[in-house]
Amino acid sequence: MSEIADTTNMRKAVIRFSGDSGDGMQLTGELFSQSSAIAGHDLATIPDFPAEIRAPQGSLEGVSSFQVQLGGIEIYTPGDQVDVLIVMNPAALKTNLRHLKPGGTIIADVDSFTKKNLKKAGYDDSPLADEELQKEYHVVEAPVTSMTKEALKDLGMEMQTMMRSKNMMALGVVLYFFRRSIDNTITFLETKFKNKPKVAEANVRALKAGFSFAESTELLGPSVVIPPAEIPEGTYRNIDGNTATAWGMLAAAEKCDKTLSLCSYPITPASEILHEISLRKDMGAISFQAEDEIAAICAAIGASFSGNLGVTTTSGPGASLKTEAMGLATIAEIPLVIVNVQRVGPSTGLPTKSEQSDLLQALYGRHGEAPLIVMAASSPDDCFYYSYMACKMAIEHTTPVVLLTDSYLASGSHPWRIPDMDDLPDITVPQFENDGGEWKPYLRDPEKLNRYWMSPGQRGFEHRIGGLEKEEITGNVTYDGVNHEKMVHTRAEKIKRVGHEIPDQQVYGAESGKVLLVGWGSTYGALHTALQEMEDEGVEGIGFTHFNYLHPMPENIPSIFEKFDKILVCELNNGQLATYLRSQYPQFKYDQFNKIQARPFFVSEIKNEALTYLQS
Amino acid sequence: MSAETNIEKDILTKKDFQTDQMIRWCPGCGDYVILSSMQKAFAQLGKPRHEIVCVSGIGCSSRLPYYMNTFGIHSIHGRAAATASGVKLSRPDLSVWVITGDGDSMAIGGNHFIHAVRRNMDMNIIIFNNKIYGMTKGQTSPTTPMGQKTKTSPEGSFENPFTIGELTIGAQGTFFARVPDNNPKLMEEAIVRAGKHKGTSVVEVLQNCVIFTDGIHEEITGKDTKDDNQLYLEHGKPMIWGKEKRYGLKLNGMSLDKVALGDGEEGNGQDHPDLLVHDAYNNQPELQIALARMQLPDFPIAMGVLREVEAPTFDDLLHSSIGRARDNTKHQKVSDLFQSGNTWKI
Repeated sequence: MSEIADTTNMRKAVIRFSGDSGDGMQLTGELFSQSSAIAGHDLATIPDFPAEIRAPQGSLEGVSSFQVQLGGIEIYTPGDQVDVLIVMNPAALKTNLRHLKPGGTIIADVDSFTKKNLKKAGYDDSPLADEELQKEYHVVEAPVTSMTKEALKDLGMEMQTMMRSKNMMALGVVLYFFRRSIDNTITFLETKFKNKPKVAEANVRALKAGFSFAESTELLGPSVVIPPAEIPEGTYRNIDGNTATAWGMLAAAEKCDKTLSLCSYPITPASEILHEISLRKDMGAISFQAEDEIAAICAAIGASFSGNLGVTTTSGPGASLKTEAMGLATIAEIPLVIVNVQRVGPSTGLPTKSEQSDLLQALYGRHGEAPLIVMAASSPDDCFYYSYMACKMAIEHTTPVVLLTDSYLASGSHPWRIPDMDDLPDITVPQFENDGGEWKPYLRDPEKLNRYWMSPGQRGFEHRIGGLEKEEITGNVTYDGVNHEKMVHTRAEKIKRVGHEIPDQQVYGAESGKVLLVGWGSTYGALHTALQEMEDEGVEGIGFTHFNYLHPMPENIPSIFEKFDKILVCELNNGQLATYLRSQYPQFKYDQFNKIQARPFFVSEIKNEALTYLQS
Repeated sequence: MSAETNIEKDILTKKDFQTDQMIRWCPGCGDYVILSSMQKAFAQLGKPRHEIVCVSGIGCSSRLPYYMNTFGIHSIHGRAAATASGVKLSRPDLSVWVITGDGDSMAIGGNHFIHAVRRNMDMNIIIFNNKIYGMTKGQTSPTTPMGQKTKTSPEGSFENPFTIGELTIGAQGTFFARVPDNNPKLMEEAIVRAGKHKGTSVVEVLQNCVIFTDGIHEEITGKDTKDDNQLYLEHGKPMIWGKEKRYGLKLNGMSLDKVALGDGEEGNGQDHPDLLVHDAYNNQPELQIALARMQLPDFPIAMGVLREVEAPTFDDLLHSSIGRARDNTKHQKVSDLFQSGNTWKI
């Protein structure tokens, strides 16, 4: 009980909203996150919902959660352990208690701890009454259901409809707990339910009632105040990785005045990108739900050949199906972006969970000598930037580009500073300029080695591309082996030269010393936070570097690696980046820290590993 | 070539669609006739070369784009229809042609074929049907007849073959024509009509592979047998065939019956009021499917345009949907989208 006092002034806090799938926990979490962002906090969020579309009500399988970490410092992850857990029923408590920190706060809808619900969750007696629980945590029993009923009783609504506002009652309690204004949330509700004034009224009433309840009771103990973070000025919004990826493509298409053709097949956890672009017909974007993964990439190739920005999005199993066509795009040398939102494999694996196990597939998973550009996003919001850059590089270098994100980035969200389109790098469409020279299909830019992207509708540029090896310059089919060798080298050299354009990789923490932590993709948040916490604790000699560009790599990598005694490559797979680095920079020795438990790294795990490693 | 020096002529000829590439088909291959008929048909269609795209898969047929002076993609095995769909939905202004074979479109590419047809994407699919895998040297294809000996069915195939016309119409195809490779005039006509049709047009060419299935269509296309074994369909005309003895078609319940005409009978309504008249424009596909299914020896093989009906095309529907969304949006630029909804200032 007394523990709560220690949390009154926190640099950061983790809050987890948890309830039945029908309790509206995702919206509650998002609204809370939004109010935190407006209060000037940095934050990161992650939803956690059942794989089944409609699990039985009140069951353990039907529990849906939303976790947010907010802070007065930069926040890179949704947090390891939870400070405040909101549970709307016994099942939510049962499945989420393991996430709660010792001494953490539980806010429970005590009305929902009925015999029936307890039984569904596998409890004999109410766990809230358990002395052990009371001792270990700060338990707040809030009669959410009955208060909601009371607050809405004169609105003349059905019971079921009234109960839909329970989540706003709970949100009101939590907002008070963190000393937040409810004004923004009220505005949001009034806008969202503009055409349903009664629903708006019910939700606002519930919200206010929850807030007042928290204010007027002493149940909560001292409230928690988190000072605002130092965040660059600008207009912000929350964005999840899949939306950011979709918007990056739209931005790239607008920048180079091309139409986006997104051709995809539904697959978890990538489908939301296809959904978003399907809504963006209003931006003139074309979306195509193909009959299968292969059709999707082939249609994207057709789109690119015809002069649109061709993109296909998928996850691991779909990426496997697309590999033959990636070879076609490689030899045909046309712009193409393939987004792989990685999930746990092989095969169907754990389809809703996250892993980084498609790196080697992206790098090498094609027949023949087929190098292409591989990059990875490292946070939900930078999915926008890397999606934009994937499109830019595909166009400028007339090549396929694989962008790796993953399930964790796809559904996680983070405040995103809305960029000014003028600040995004230009995209130059490689068009043949007729300055007296004669155009040929495989004529190249002498510097970058890209072909020129000439499309149907451009008179005089009729030409044929395809999977057969082509003669240099003319593009005629040829079976000449010497020409083939030359073309293999040229295609590889074209990709290698992309390295000249990639910015130098940064090192965080110590620039030289004992241990360099190395990561790529979505582990950036956990690794960066671990480094910061170790620095704060006075640990010296640890640096951290993180890869976004995987092929080609930034050219300064050896000069980073050589400054450290040891290199620890941390990945959510069995050592794919480490394997790759051994082939790219064999002069260094690499150690590995791997986790393959279908969950992201905890900051604490990385710290423990790094500190043990430091002392070894 | 450079853009400025290539002056587009008003009237194109077959020659304008030829390329300087050496044609690598076996001497005597039926593919030559198809290429030549397509080039003649393209000249009639009035689209300039730079607005035509030929997309192929893999197989002997699929080398055709290299010999056609338009834009072209020689894609991967089975995926021509999918690749071409990407072209058409991105650029509905282009004239899009899929060049494929029976193995490419009916086996590895069967899925893409039925879905392209179902969507009624406005493109044209020319299938070279030689009932064998030629390029891989003689294996059974999905159109190889029962009993036919091939390298992979040395005792004779025991697989039920597809009838391309039946599959096309069954997949809600809006245009299907069948032509033999030794009737260039009919082929050219069918290709022109396919080109003019709005929607997915499928043209099956009974093509002779001189190496692996030489003579496979001989009974249908041979000089002495073709009149008795082919029924040329013309919309609105009675369906009559035969060199000496003349025949017509009538319905017997739900089935087709072959009717022998008497001497001097024309097969018009007066002689035989129950004789069937071809209706290619009938939206109901039952009779057209029955015509597509007709096989020797009981029936002739139906040639010409079996079905030609109007239906909305995928590309039209997609782009009108985009147009409507564009008209009704507040998002003129991506910045408008980024700034929409819940944002806050720091």
